[in-house]
Amino acid sequence: MSYYFAIIGTQDNPLFEYEFGTSKQGGDGQSRFTDQARHLNQFILHSSLDIVEEVQWTTGQLYLKAIDRFFNNYISCFMTGGSIKFLLLHQPPTSAILSVPSTRNSTSIGANPTSPQTEEAIKNFFTEVYENYVKAIMSPFYKVNMEIKNPVFRSRVAAAGRKYL
Amino acid sequence: MAHLLAGGGGGRGKQQATTTGGGSSGAKGDHGGHQIGVSSASREGLRYPSNGKTIYHRPLNRSKTAELSQASFAYLFSEMVSYAQRRVTGIQDLEKRLNLQGHPIGLKLLDLLLIREPARNQTRPLNIISLLHFIKINVWQHLFGRQADRLEKSLNLETPDDYMIYDNEPLVNAYISVPREMSHLNCAAYVAGIIEGVCDGGGFPARVTAHTVGGKEEGEMWPGKTVFLVKFQAEVLEREALIGKG
Repeated sequence: MSYYFAIIGTQDNPLFEYEFGTSKQGGDGQSRFTDQARHLNQFILHSSLDIVEEVQWTTGQLYLKAIDRFFNNYISCFMTGGSIKFLLLHQPPTSAILSVPSTRNSTSIGANPTSPQTEEAIKNFFTEVYENYVKAIMSPFYKVNMEIKNPVFRSRVAAAGRKYL
Repeated sequence: MAHLLAGGGGGRGKQQATTTGGGSSGAKGDHGGHQIGVSSASREGLRYPSNGKTIYHRPLNRSKTAELSQASFAYLFSEMVSYAQRRVTGIQDLEKRLNLQGHPIGLKLLDLLLIREPARNQTRPLNIISLLHFIKINVWQHLFGRQADRLEKSLNLETPDDYMIYDNEPLVNAYISVPREMSHLNCAAYVAGIIEGVCDGGGFPARVTAHTVGGKEEGEMWPGKTVFLVKFQAEVLEREALIGKG
């Protein structure tokens, strides 16, 4: 299971990006994207922004769940009050599913990207990132739509990823 | 009285105090302060407080009683007004500058207040009414410790989509006496900027202006009564109509 997480500003500008793999089920926390897919991820993520803009007015919830999919890539979205989008691209492993016994896989977060467990795990991840994002914008020197470069923020996102995904 | 942003004054003052404390204890102590976060941050050239606590280590929630002194706020605000007053061409220009000072606060306040809500109430405002209610209740409660006094929709047929938020006694104007030749000035333009920021952040671009409406006569109950006129942009009203139908 590989993840690509990005925070997108109000002008569709990226503020932060982070790539990681699952730490559950004995995962090592490394992403397994191929070099080709890595460039594609950004396109896939940004192409889902159109759908975000449609969905955001149908519900007041911050967590918009899985809103888009492109082949084996699923996109989940979380929208902050200030119209900043958190997008998470998750890609269940295609080859790994076959090699791991199916009984274990059925309960893993990665195996079924649309299951309630996965939704809940991603929601927890987003909520934790949101909390840290709000702390980041509380800095009087931070202006909306500025890139978030703080290494502490990055490590907090990484910790949230390890904890929930 | 006035609550400002969580990461604001008090917090940073404390950090600064600890940093200077480390410095005065000599070069060795100062070096110790540098150690924290060196591995990840040395190339950024940033200095971290010697206790290792950054803004990310502070809680976002604060207790209800944590209020700031109104006197210190009034002092700060008077400086902000005189800062804005430099090199301005007129009253409108001055109000514009005050508005700009408030705008980023509004943008950030929206997220801060949302995260402080209990999880089930964490929803983005989807229509104008819920947004204005959020401002009247949550934003006012947070900034001034009470709700705004009234919320109205314009009765004027030419501007049917204007909304008005009334405050009988704006806290920011408490110690401001406007000179006679500037009688149109209302320093609550700063608060208007905050409201504008909240609207813009929520996806409801708007222009917000502050106007004094209190009477000048003797015995007037609310001489400083101020109306915040909220004019939403055309696309907001268009979307509002579409959502209402669907």
